[in-house]
Amino acid sequence: MSVQILTFLIVGASFLLYLGIAVWARAGSTNDFYVAGGGVHPVLNGMATAADWMSAASFISMAGLVSFMGYDGAVYLMGWTGGYVLLALCLAPYLRKFGKFTVPDFIGDRYYSQTARTVAVICAIFVCFTYVIGQMRGVGVVFSRFLEVELWLGVVIGMGVVFFYTVLGGMKGITYTQVAQFCVLIFAYLVPAVFISILMTGHVLPQTGFGATLVDSSTYLLDKLDMLSTDLGFAEYTSNKKSLLDIFCITFALMVGTAGLPHVIVRFFTVPKVRDARRSAGWALAFIAILYTTAPSLAAFARVNMIETINGPQATGTSYAEAPSWIKNWEKTNLIKHDDKNGDGKMFYSGDERNEMTIDRDIMVLANPEIANLPAWVIALVAAGGVAAALSTSAGLLLVISSSVSHDLLKKNLMPNITDKQELLSARLAAAIAILIAGYFGIHPPGFVAAIVAFAFGLAASSFFPVIIMGIFSKRMNDKGAIAGMVTGITFTAAYIIYFKFVSPEMNLTENWLFGISPEGIGTIGMLINFAVALTVFKFTDEAPKEIQDLVESIRFPKGAGEATGH
Amino acid sequence: MAFKNEGDQKAYWKDNLSLLFTLLIVWFVVSFGAGIIFVDLLNQVQFFGFKLGFWFAQQGSIYVFVGLIFFYVKKMNDLDKKYGVDEE
Repeated sequence: MSVQILTFLIVGASFLLYLGIAVWARAGSTNDFYVAGGGVHPVLNGMATAADWMSAASFISMAGLVSFMGYDGAVYLMGWTGGYVLLALCLAPYLRKFGKFTVPDFIGDRYYSQTARTVAVICAIFVCFTYVIGQMRGVGVVFSRFLEVELWLGVVIGMGVVFFYTVLGGMKGITYTQVAQFCVLIFAYLVPAVFISILMTGHVLPQTGFGATLVDSSTYLLDKLDMLSTDLGFAEYTSNKKSLLDIFCITFALMVGTAGLPHVIVRFFTVPKVRDARRSAGWALAFIAILYTTAPSLAAFARVNMIETINGPQATGTSYAEAPSWIKNWEKTNLIKHDDKNGDGKMFYSGDERNEMTIDRDIMVLANPEIANLPAWVIALVAAGGVAAALSTSAGLLLVISSSVSHDLLKKNLMPNITDKQELLSARLAAAIAILIAGYFGIHPPGFVAAIVAFAFGLAASSFFPVIIMGIFSKRMNDKGAIAGMVTGITFTAAYIIYFKFVSPEMNLTENWLFGISPEGIGTIGMLINFAVALTVFKFTDEAPKEIQDLVESIRFPKGAGEATGH
Repeated sequence: MAFKNEGDQKAYWKDNLSLLFTLLIVWFVVSFGAGIIFVDLLNQVQFFGFKLGFWFAQQGSIYVFVGLIFFYVKKMNDLDKKYGVDEE
């Protein structure tokens, strides 16, 4: 059977599974819709959280990024996992005890202020939208490449599926489909990785194959990679290219941003107990770690494989006319380009003037099975995994957007008298509208989707994280301090990123950066500013009222945690 | 009031915070310490086929993160029981 037919079958079967689960897990109340009735088992919730977290970017792009960045790729590996430690230790159990539906709910109630709530709603909606657009795009790319349908049709199909189970099932439908999606995506990620690890090092586990010798020699994989890299004029694979300070700041901003992202935090409202929230964070990270420790191994395997395939065993280049089919296939999509500069009819890849190849980082995971000559069903499986990753993340984000609109804006701000039924209806409507907007941008993406990811993390790091931490660990912190902190933190971070990414991108060079910190890492400074301003303003204003201090006392221990409620 | 007295409540929170800080120190040391600040120094050490600093940055820190959370869960459950504020 051809790759295309297999892909249709495997992706189609996975869609049927998701739709079936959605029908089974319909939401009957706002409680079901927002937090799945608060009755999800912590291990399942961990899987759902992992699927929610691992987006098209994690699945498709991350190994490719690491493959091209070498050691520097660690900013993503550590940054996107370390945040869970902060979540589990500093946020999840307390927010679960607090027992409300959304992050703006916590901020609004803890700081007894509608202004704080509104600022938080705006941040949440903005962060989620920027994210979801990229996901829709990811679905479209996988569809158009493997099913050879037009990009817009791919996006529309993806939208249709997400629409169905988000609008029907809410958080309950999303949670159980995400469990299925996690299984699909992790299986799809591991199969090619294990195959390649065995082929190259004889190790079944990619994590140990990463540090092993190659099958046909006594050279370690990484030593070989360092040697290849320096011979070809690249920097050594295992050493840093960015400054260590910048690496530090980017990693920190990604960690803190992770812990401040509303669609991740809200997952911990869906478990029955405080201790389940703690456990669930552990399971989530364990499931995420499977992919995140495989990715750097895959990155190294793929890079050695690619260099050897293109440059040949003697490292003198290989004939373009006899190039393997994957090179031709990906050339059609313009993600690989060959420019025969010296006219010898051969391909050569290097980091200096001899280079004749342009290779897009995003193809590494998708092309890997083809590069390693794996069977067609593995390629189809990877396509299904990419779609699962994109769909699960989109659904989680859309839910936060819809609950922010129906719960935080309508119920808590504009129309406090609507019934549970009306609120549920407006949540569904909001989800539907959000999907349409996201789909539109998925088909007509703004040119800056990649830049905007830095934005989402920077904003979450410099706005939500400090305010939530102070809300839990300082019971006297007041509304004025929190609002001033959020506003200055987010304004500083947004201004810095907008200046370097959108206003004068030509200025985006190390020598122009504040202390040499790139826009990706500036959220770390924004966070510090938020803390500093909040604490200063707090010094000169009245502390939080007694009943708020009692509330904070009461979220510090698990006993008496009820179901999450909106009232 | 879930606690027997105010002293218990203070002691519980103090124990909680000291566990939290200890674990956050480990969190910081393996990732920012071993993986970034001291990476060049640790890269002098060979660990199987890895340079040690590189291994911490791309593998080791992630394993430690997972371990930290489960350790925290265990310790906190014990602490909740000790002060009678668990959910059973």
